[in-house]
Amino acid sequence: MLLEVKDLNTHYGPSHVLQGVHLEIGEGELVALLGRNGMGKSTTLKSIMGMVKPTSGSVKFEGQEIVGLPPYKVARAGIGYVPEERRIFPELSVLDNLMLGIKDGKIRNPNDPNTWTIERIFHHFPKLAERTHQAGGRLSGGEQQMLSIGRSLMGNPKLLLVDEPSEGLSPIMVQEVRNVLEEINKAGVSVLLVEHNLKVALSLAKRVYLMSKACIGCQASAQEVRSNHELRAKYLEA
Amino acid sequence: MDPMVSMYISQGIHGIAYGMILFLIASGLNIIFGMMGILNMAHTAFFMLAAYFCYVVVGITGNFWLGLVFAPLFTAVLGVVMERVFLRKAVGHMGELILTMGISFVIVAAIKKIWGTESLPLQMPEILSGMVNIVGVSYPVYRLFVIGLALVILVFMMLLLYRTRLGKIVRAAVSDRDMVNALGININMVFMFVFGVGTWMAGLAGVAIAPILTVFPGLADQVGMDAFIVVVTGGFGSLAGAFIVSIIFGLLSSYGVQFVSQFAPVLMVVFMAIVLAFRPNGLFGVKE
Repeated sequence: MLLEVKDLNTHYGPSHVLQGVHLEIGEGELVALLGRNGMGKSTTLKSIMGMVKPTSGSVKFEGQEIVGLPPYKVARAGIGYVPEERRIFPELSVLDNLMLGIKDGKIRNPNDPNTWTIERIFHHFPKLAERTHQAGGRLSGGEQQMLSIGRSLMGNPKLLLVDEPSEGLSPIMVQEVRNVLEEINKAGVSVLLVEHNLKVALSLAKRVYLMSKACIGCQASAQEVRSNHELRAKYLEA
Repeated sequence: MDPMVSMYISQGIHGIAYGMILFLIASGLNIIFGMMGILNMAHTAFFMLAAYFCYVVVGITGNFWLGLVFAPLFTAVLGVVMERVFLRKAVGHMGELILTMGISFVIVAAIKKIWGTESLPLQMPEILSGMVNIVGVSYPVYRLFVIGLALVILVFMMLLLYRTRLGKIVRAAVSDRDMVNALGININMVFMFVFGVGTWMAGLAGVAIAPILTVFPGLADQVGMDAFIVVVTGGFGSLAGAFIVSIIFGLLSSYGVQFVSQFAPVLMVVFMAIVLAFRPNGLFGVKE
């Protein structure tokens, strides 16, 4: 297993927002984490990333315990984070945003075709290439999403945590972002995807975790979620 | 040249030199506030401490230049120690505020204990002590030196912030430090560096002003308050705002003394009040 989360608990003050979350992601897998709003999907990603300190539990990445580490160490272990709000640096240019994603400012093995470099990012995101020197804050929502994904890829992660990438985007951009995630996954990067757009999530993921009330309610295949009405009614529909 | 005109010009130079010193202090305050959200109340105490360090270095070596190099460095080291040992443990912005205020009291008390309350003269080096004649107006060399020094630091800071990876990290962290951290960058090291540079700049200002005003325990209050007013008026977190307002304040204070001496001390405060009445976040401040 690439990532093993066991019995993860997180509190925000007195509220117990993650109550014993279990999940696993294999090498090269794209797994979706679904559920209604407020069930703790984003908190799960943040807790794995170390942006929120879990109160107990275990997060193993490539067999190493990483729970409780500060975010920069989790990132260095090989996990990239694409946050819900995209959080690109508005004053920096597109190029500088991407450059900050490079760990220690140096790309290891730049000639390996599997390594993410600026050229490779621009190849996957031609729109960003056109805006190399524009300030990140002046991009459209979709372009900012591309930039946020590209920026994490520059750190050459083995696993990408992606939070609501299609939120607030036009249908065309949603499709583009979906395709990019598929390409990235085909290129060997594992993905844990939080996504409210069921169609997008199920078209990408083979395996799905359904979250309810601060823990994982059940695990299913994308096929089951598609065909099983009860499952959808229980976990997803408002 | 008309003596009146030359008087205006030389008063202007005085004002700009003072403005540059304010800028050195205010930009350090600003960059620390902008990135870490910490309003460092001990900043001006560090500024004053550097003047004393310089006094000691010059006393031992007889060399002002050594003081200019080492006093700000010592100050920066103390600033970094304060950040690492104390500030990181402070809880919330109120905790930071009270902690830095306490540290500033400790520094001022220590200064009075060690060096007393007298004004200690700091001799400027011979080469900077005369007047220089440019197109019929004579200027004090030292003030020109202060202006030059501040401009060099300004250019250095700009290059650092806009041309280096470290500077880009700092600029990114001003807008979103958690995201910088999530990219694999050790944000605590960056904070330490920023704090060091900020106090180093305050230290440079302390050394630069010492030969003009002498070294005394009221230095922090006298100049420090002006620097805080600069930051508030220019807008928290804005270097451009700090620069422009520093120059305006420098000129206000030197022409103020010249023409309306009894009102000179309040001119800056009046200016601040007018600016804040129309732009509550300062001239270049952004809304939170």
